[in-house]
Amino acid sequence: MSATPGSSMRTPRRRVAGLGSARSGTGHFWLQRVTALANLLLILIALPIVIWAAGQEQAQTLAILGHPLVAIVLLLLIFSVCFHMRIGMQVVIEDYVPAEGMKVLALIANTFFTIAVGSAGAFAVLKISFGG
Amino acid sequence: MVQLTLPKNSQLVEGKVWPKPAGTNRLTEYKIYRWNPDDGKNPSVDTYYVDRDDCGPMVLDGLIWIKTKIDPTLTFRRSCREGICGSCAMNIDGTNTLACLKSMDEVDASAVKIYPLPHMPVVKDLVPDLTQFYAQHASVEPWLHTETPAPEKEWRQARGDREKLDGLYECILCACCSTSCPSYWWNGDRYLGPAALLQAYRWLIDSRDEATGDRLDDLEDPFRLYRCHTIMNCAKACPKGLNPAKAIAEIKKMMVARQF
Repeated sequence: MSATPGSSMRTPRRRVAGLGSARSGTGHFWLQRVTALANLLLILIALPIVIWAAGQEQAQTLAILGHPLVAIVLLLLIFSVCFHMRIGMQVVIEDYVPAEGMKVLALIANTFFTIAVGSAGAFAVLKISFGG
Repeated sequence: MVQLTLPKNSQLVEGKVWPKPAGTNRLTEYKIYRWNPDDGKNPSVDTYYVDRDDCGPMVLDGLIWIKTKIDPTLTFRRSCREGICGSCAMNIDGTNTLACLKSMDEVDASAVKIYPLPHMPVVKDLVPDLTQFYAQHASVEPWLHTETPAPEKEWRQARGDREKLDGLYECILCACCSTSCPSYWWNGDRYLGPAALLQAYRWLIDSRDEATGDRLDDLEDPFRLYRCHTIMNCAKACPKGLNPAKAIAEIKKMMVARQF
């Protein structure tokens, strides 16, 4: 902000120009909406299955979750939710963390966290499905 | 992180309560933000009483009455008093609007509370520094760009294309929308804000303009355009009844449309 006009000798136009347009953002904008739609559809399929499986004996639960069609739905759900979560969190970080160093660190941590959570979930589904 | 508390020298203190005018009981109470860059004091909220029998109905009438009859040091911008110049934009009763279009009777609270437009540097009292806001407007180059040599007479436009500019060209750049936007508060140095983006869209859909692609290129940025999270404060605040959020959504649609 130009809180103190004397604090910088740059013109207002120069300050607004900044480093120019990044020529990006549309990809994220579109993906956020596509993954939102995917999340909705996949949750509608996965939620009843998970509720149903949760009430069974352990062996029965594993058999349901290990069924190829169920496992594929769960993998897609994990993938879609993780993608959606990462982009959403990135927006929050960009909104509220103005300090450049802290922002970059938070964005990297966001990516690492997403990959860690996503691969743990995917590994669990695959392990059940392949009967390991 | 985002700064949620005011620095010590910006914290509001109780201000002066000016005496009620004599000989009337039709009074409206005004509580007005005061800050003078020259006296080194914290900003304060002064209380005034406006004689409604001696004053027009609008909030701006009350401000002018106070400045004329009670306290000539009260500082605010105003000019046309009919909602076309955009000078008297301020935060009245919790919403950014034009003092000249807001009637005192519309204010539900017992007092008319007036603050400068939020989150802008204050020059004095109710006068914000809009330098950056104007620079952002200028940065979208709000004028016709053409490659084709200019015709002998005017650039022609179909009636339907002209109608697309309705709801956009009426913007008077009062800054009510941009300064009501939380995204603009947090990232106003990089996010262009609803007012500038509404004007950007006004030129993007102008059938006569030949720089649509360049304009979209300049806007395609995670901060300049995509800081808009459709909070809709802009549309709620706009004293002209325009909808900057819709204009921004249309820009995003154009961005997606040129990808596929």
